[in-house]
Amino acid sequence: MNAVTAAKTKKKAEKATPSAEWQLRLYVAGQTPNSVAALDNLKRLCESHLAGRYEIEVIDLLVNPKLAAGDQILAVPTLVRKFPEPIRKIIGDLSNEVRVLVGLDVQPIAKGPP
Amino acid sequence: MKKTQDTLPSFELPKAKTGIQGLDEITGGGLPRGRPTLVCGSAGCGKTMLAAEFIVRGATSMGEPGVFMTFEESVAELSANVRSLGFDLDRLVRQKKVALDFVHIERSEIEETGEYDLEGLFIRLGHAIDAIGAKRVVLDTVEALFAGLPNHAILRAELRRLFRWLKDRGVTAVITGERGGNTLTRHGLEEYVADCVILLDHRIIDQVSTRRLRVVKYRGTPHGTNEYPFLIGAAGISVLPITSMRLDHEALNERVSTGIAGLDAMLGGKGVYRGSSVLISGSPGTGKSTVGVAFLDAACRRQKRALLFCYEESASQVIRNMRSVGVDLAPWVESGRLLIHATRPTLQGLEQHLVEMHSLVKAFRPALVVVDPISNLTISNRDSSLKATLMRLIDFLKEKGITGVFTSLIADGAIALADTEIGISSLMDTWLLLANIEANGERTRTMQVLKSRGMPHSNQVREFVLSRRGIELIDVYMPGDRVLTGSERVAHASRVEAASTGSSRAKRKEGR
Repeated sequence: MNAVTAAKTKKKAEKATPSAEWQLRLYVAGQTPNSVAALDNLKRLCESHLAGRYEIEVIDLLVNPKLAAGDQILAVPTLVRKFPEPIRKIIGDLSNEVRVLVGLDVQPIAKGPP
Repeated sequence: MKKTQDTLPSFELPKAKTGIQGLDEITGGGLPRGRPTLVCGSAGCGKTMLAAEFIVRGATSMGEPGVFMTFEESVAELSANVRSLGFDLDRLVRQKKVALDFVHIERSEIEETGEYDLEGLFIRLGHAIDAIGAKRVVLDTVEALFAGLPNHAILRAELRRLFRWLKDRGVTAVITGERGGNTLTRHGLEEYVADCVILLDHRIIDQVSTRRLRVVKYRGTPHGTNEYPFLIGAAGISVLPITSMRLDHEALNERVSTGIAGLDAMLGGKGVYRGSSVLISGSPGTGKSTVGVAFLDAACRRQKRALLFCYEESASQVIRNMRSVGVDLAPWVESGRLLIHATRPTLQGLEQHLVEMHSLVKAFRPALVVVDPISNLTISNRDSSLKATLMRLIDFLKEKGITGVFTSLIADGAIALADTEIGISSLMDTWLLLANIEANGERTRTMQVLKSRGMPHSNQVREFVLSRRGIELIDVYMPGDRVLTGSERVAHASRVEAASTGSSRAKRKEGR
């Protein structure tokens, strides 16, 4: 609990300069089942493995169609790891946690206290 | 768009003109409006160029803005590549007539988990279409997605949806695809795009490459089914229909002089019809070029423009050589009435020649065109294509009411007419045959009119002389049962003269 709060403060503090260690961007198109599932899966995954070290930006292409070209988005939903570099993309509803972690190159945190 | 639809007959499919020279003729008015068309072919056969021209022509001359979505080249690369055709994509983008989007996926940075769709692509395309009010869309080439996205089941389903979606949007789309082994495209795109399929091909025959285009299918409309050669030139693509669809040029009654008084006399006294085609064939040294130049000179004297395509001599050589027979072309060239276009025919396809001729004729608008010689154009081509090329050229000239004169070299003598001659001659309205008769230690030039459609013409073989005074046809000299030519004729004539002066003296004596 303490760790989370600390991370949140850190996030706020660094807002002006490039912030969290993990910057993730999720592209969706409206509230489709895939998009909703992807966001839920992503939040859960980040909380358990990247707690306090991440930022998620959700971009709805139906609202901002212009932004699709910038990150070369074709598939929806697409998760883009903006930072750390290099850029990685994961397409799909992110239902397979192991593959998402591999795709993001995140070291999974074992369940329970070490 | 609406307007065009209204003016078309109700039973015919609405079509969008591509603006590509010749393609609209073959397809009977363009690509199916509001539907996708598949353009497929192997690497380097001009798919992207065709697609680009479709967009550019649409934006510049049809008032139909277009979206070009490229999957292979970046926007900068594409702009640079089509600049060679004289298209300035950047300017059109600034004018909001064209939108370019480079869709790129790197297989290595993509991971798949679970369900997804290609809504992102749809949104990008939709956004681009809406931004400029596009009526045309090009996807070049959507098959690149197969390399980027591992799940082909989803991809295929999404492509099917995409083509459906394009139809619903009512845009006229061109989708390019790489040629596959057994299928038209590597990933079977033809399954989804079924309305119109155009196949491009790049073939090398005798070291000369020719691009060919064929409309494989076109639902709901008749279309030309042959393979048509096409070129990518400095002004874009031109497809050359083998023959024009119809044979309906107007026959002109006006006659023009050939520039040789004796020949005019042989052709019923008035020369050839304006807009007709004349073939002058003969073995080497029979004076084909000189007779051709006589036509040019005559046209220039009538204050008309004339154009000479010369494939053997340079312009200055032609002018120098023609002075020796008393024809001075230099003033005509200087006054701009005569244009001599001299090139080497080697290693350039016939189609290339044809396009060159077309554009020159269009620009110069001559009343008479002389091609000297057509037989030299076949240096590296098969004869069948020469006939087709000539047919197209003659059709084109006739349509414009331009008289065409073609010289042709034949192997030897008057009898040994090669097969090609017979093939070509059927295209010609007037056929002059020049021959050298070798007898008694000298050569004599002769000319005969083998045929001349629509006019009475002489059946005699006439001797002609090239001298400082030009070309002169000698009156038939037939003292007894045979025609005498050359020095035999001169000798006989003087003998007769001597005899007649003698006999007239005798007569005078008798009279006394």
